[in-house]
Amino acid sequence: MSHETKRTPLYEEHVALGARMVDFAGWDMPVQYAGIIEEHKAVRERVGIFDVAHMAEFRFFGFEAKNALQRIVANDLDKINVLGTALYSVMCDEDGGIIDDLIIYHTGDLEYLVIANASNRDTDWDWLTSHLPEDGVEAADESDRTALIAIQGPLALSVVSGLAGDGWEPPARFAIAEAVLDTIPVLVARTGYTGEDGVEVLCHSSHAAALWRALLSFPEVTPCGLGARDTLRLEMGYPLYGSDMDRGVDPVSAGLSWTLGLTKDDFIGRDAIVRIKERGPERKLVGLTVREGVPRHGFCVLHEGVEVGKVASGTFSPTLGHGIAMAYVPIDLASPGTELQIAIRRKTVAAVVMRPPFVKTTSLNASAS
Amino acid sequence: MYPKDLKYDCEHEWVKVEGGVAIIGISHFAQDQLGEVVYVDLPLAGDSVNAGESFGEIESVKSVSELFSPVTGEIVEVNDALGDAPEIVNEDPYGEGWMIKITMSDPSELDELMAVDEYEAFIAEEA
Repeated sequence: MSHETKRTPLYEEHVALGARMVDFAGWDMPVQYAGIIEEHKAVRERVGIFDVAHMAEFRFFGFEAKNALQRIVANDLDKINVLGTALYSVMCDEDGGIIDDLIIYHTGDLEYLVIANASNRDTDWDWLTSHLPEDGVEAADESDRTALIAIQGPLALSVVSGLAGDGWEPPARFAIAEAVLDTIPVLVARTGYTGEDGVEVLCHSSHAAALWRALLSFPEVTPCGLGARDTLRLEMGYPLYGSDMDRGVDPVSAGLSWTLGLTKDDFIGRDAIVRIKERGPERKLVGLTVREGVPRHGFCVLHEGVEVGKVASGTFSPTLGHGIAMAYVPIDLASPGTELQIAIRRKTVAAVVMRPPFVKTTSLNASAS
Repeated sequence: MYPKDLKYDCEHEWVKVEGGVAIIGISHFAQDQLGEVVYVDLPLAGDSVNAGESFGEIESVKSVSELFSPVTGEIVEVNDALGDAPEIVNEDPYGEGWMIKITMSDPSELDELMAVDEYEAFIAEEA
């Protein structure tokens, strides 16, 4: 590599497994091992594990921790007053522009854990800490010492149970709890980015390789790279920071109104977001399906031959066997069933607006009852 | 992995000549670099193509590549099976995964292509 890329504690494991490594947000990460489609299907049908140790982990502790975070993030922390529960939220600037999307875990008394995108680690840390009160909150960037492994798929819980031993009860959906997996102290969070049931496990970096190997000792477990992570999340219509949202987009346009705690007193960006909500957004993030070719980031979206937007995220859906995409389009073209086109290099192909998820049935729906 | 009876170009296409007709596909190296192929866009039979020009595109989940013709001529047959089953390119790149057949207008162009030992040396440098 010509420039310095960072390595997770699992780097040597990936190389030993023959992974194809790529630079992702300054990290040397596995994009695939056996193949993206094979790994994708392993997660939909059995269980896959992902190294996501590049993600950022911040911890906030103290009597003012909750109030401070309430003023920064857009969702309402009153929803996670119960210890061990978690919440998805965006945090915005004063104009409502999305700085990042996060999961906030209420890990203990007066204590919150925030997991953020690797690419935004420094921006988020600066933003969060610069908006804390002078006293009353202790903040720690634990990213370097914390590893994160996602274990996802219909068999994920049975694998984790095999390492946790008799009597282990998985945390409820969007909850987090301590556990010991194969003698390693961990936090098990029932969250994920694939649309399948499963967990994300945090541990000290020094234990990451041992945990990874213990997981791979189960024959039903497939190591999966960032390629499959992307196709899996896109089939569910989960937005990706940097592609589907950024500082130039507000959460209403991004389809994240459901995450806004507009009943709470105030948070950064609230006034701007309320104005956008009342006026109605000018454009909206929609799902698009195509029958031919593979739509990709940056391709033009057309209506009756006129450019109306660009593909934010696009890929080939291994489950459906055709191309899928997310794109911002004018609000009057955002209704499901609207017929648009995508310019895929030399060709213009038909694209139909639909409401994600593209893949409707997964182990998550099955276990939601 | 690289049959001896084929000729190769630096864009990783192969050519097999059978009775004046050139059969064209992509090499093992190319399909491995691409990963699982999900879409192959091929021309129509009857189209003409020049050596070194693009005749189509091939896409995997992560990337897209142009397909370049190693020879000049008229396309007489196209492998329509790749429309429904593009993964054949990965499974059998030199057999069922062929792409087009061309009646060559200038067979001397074949002399410009690499023999298997030259091609193996070429990809050893690229890898």
